Amino acid sequence: MGLRDALFGRTKQVAPNLDNLFALPTAALTLESELDLVSSGQAGLCFKGGSGESTITTDDDIMQLLNFDETTNKVTLTTDDLGFEWLVVTDPDFEALVTRVHAANTSMVEHGLGPRLLCAVFGFVPKTPPGEGSVRMVYLLKQGTFYPFAPTGSSQRNNELELRVKSFLGTDLPIEKDLSRWMALWNLPVK
Amino acid sequence: MAKTKIDTDHKLNVRMFITGAALVALYAIIVSVMLSLGVSTVLVIVIAAALIFSQYYFSDKIAMFSMQAHEVTPQQEPRLHEIVDRLCLLADMKKPRVGISELDMPNAFATGRSPNHAVICATRGLMQRLNDEELEAVLAHELSHVAHRDVAIMTIASGVGMLAGLVSRIAMFGAMFGGRGGGRGRGDQNIVLLEMVTMLVSIVIYVIAYLLTMALSRYRELAADRSGAILIGKPSVLAAALVHITGDIGKIPRTDLRKSEGMNAFFFAPALAGGTAATLFSSHPSLEKRLDQLNKLEKELNG
Repeated sequence: MGLRDALFGRTKQVAPNLDNLFALPTAALTLESELDLVSSGQAGLCFKGGSGESTITTDDDIMQLLNFDETTNKVTLTTDDLGFEWLVVTDPDFEALVTRVHAANTSMVEHGLGPRLLCAVFGFVPKTPPGEGSVRMVYLLKQGTFYPFAPTGSSQRNNELELRVKSFLGTDLPIEKDLSRWMALWNLPVK
Repeated sequence: MAKTKIDTDHKLNVRMFITGAALVALYAIIVSVMLSLGVSTVLVIVIAAALIFSQYYFSDKIAMFSMQAHEVTPQQEPRLHEIVDRLCLLADMKKPRVGISELDMPNAFATGRSPNHAVICATRGLMQRLNDEELEAVLAHELSHVAHRDVAIMTIASGVGMLAGLVSRIAMFGAMFGGRGGGRGRGDQNIVLLEMVTMLVSIVIYVIAYLLTMALSRYRELAADRSGAILIGKPSVLAAALVHITGDIGKIPRTDLRKSEGMNAFFFAPALAGGTAATLFSSHPSLEKRLDQLNKLEKELNG
């Protein structure tokens, strides 16, 4: 967005950047070898429950839209205390998990829900508990960048661990350079 | 004011004196240049003095307002008050008012025109990030600012910058409308030229005053680090606190992504992209310098 748009107060809605998601499996290998962290088998897609802008309003509609296999029952839809919807996907195979989240994102974008998407979150837990604590990799869809989030309580986060994740993953993933954008996601429903 | 146990720093005094003297000299230059021009000096001085004085007199209110801070009672913030109480006993100081800023950015500040009107204030982000010992170290640093009467000297220092800026603006105005109707004689042209020179001079003065102010500010930070560390007797704790709040860790927010008001983070592209401009002339010394000094102190005190 240029200066002209800023002057006239125009805001463009950005299309989510989904391609970087496929860099995650490589990063997962680095996380395992360097920090002893493995996938928790869960990933989440966070989006704002909208009103009006689309005919899709109910949870069922969204589930249908995403066209998931109901029989496997690996996908749940929850609403958090802040009014955001979370599509939580469970799959022990990390590559399959990434593919599923990517597919979910793509189909939401195709149905014009792109602007509502906030972030995708992938859970990582210590291979040998307790380890150093778990880390979530948050993907900012609009920026196309990742950052680590390691909560240690309801409002505390392990910054040291997060910065170490950053230093190890710097070459594998496009890590968000502006640290002030590493926003917290307290009490998120993804393990 | 009762003599406090925070040692007056002699180097700081010398530095303050030199800066003060340099600033007075600058004042003299500005005034004489203006007088030679016949500008309505009285008006200029009155306005500048009023601005500087109100900046000084209301320093606590201005700082509290700009940091979105408010005063708190011991009932509201027992932890903060307890630490300040203890430090004031230790330093034999009058307890300043205590405030809290709701900002997530880890920071603390002390302000007020005199130790009797001082306010010491910590942000919510600071209190969440630091343990009690580290918080105590940071507050000891801020109390040292109060004991050193830094607000007064910094106000005078930055006042000159304001005055110089004002003069350069008036001079610029004079240069633009120097003709003043009537015949444009040789004398008029000379006045225009002279006014343009004044403008340049006051800009140079402004830059010099600014650099001096920043140098003094950096030094008084070091002095406050030193006195604060000596007061609590643990320089390494202050060092740890500084690392926690000034490094990368200090930038990582605690605000929730879903609650972040800034639309930049959410639905829209950032309004103005690009990295933040690096501050060329900083008011604080580098973290490295501060840690260096604290390391040396640690050896002196506990070695």
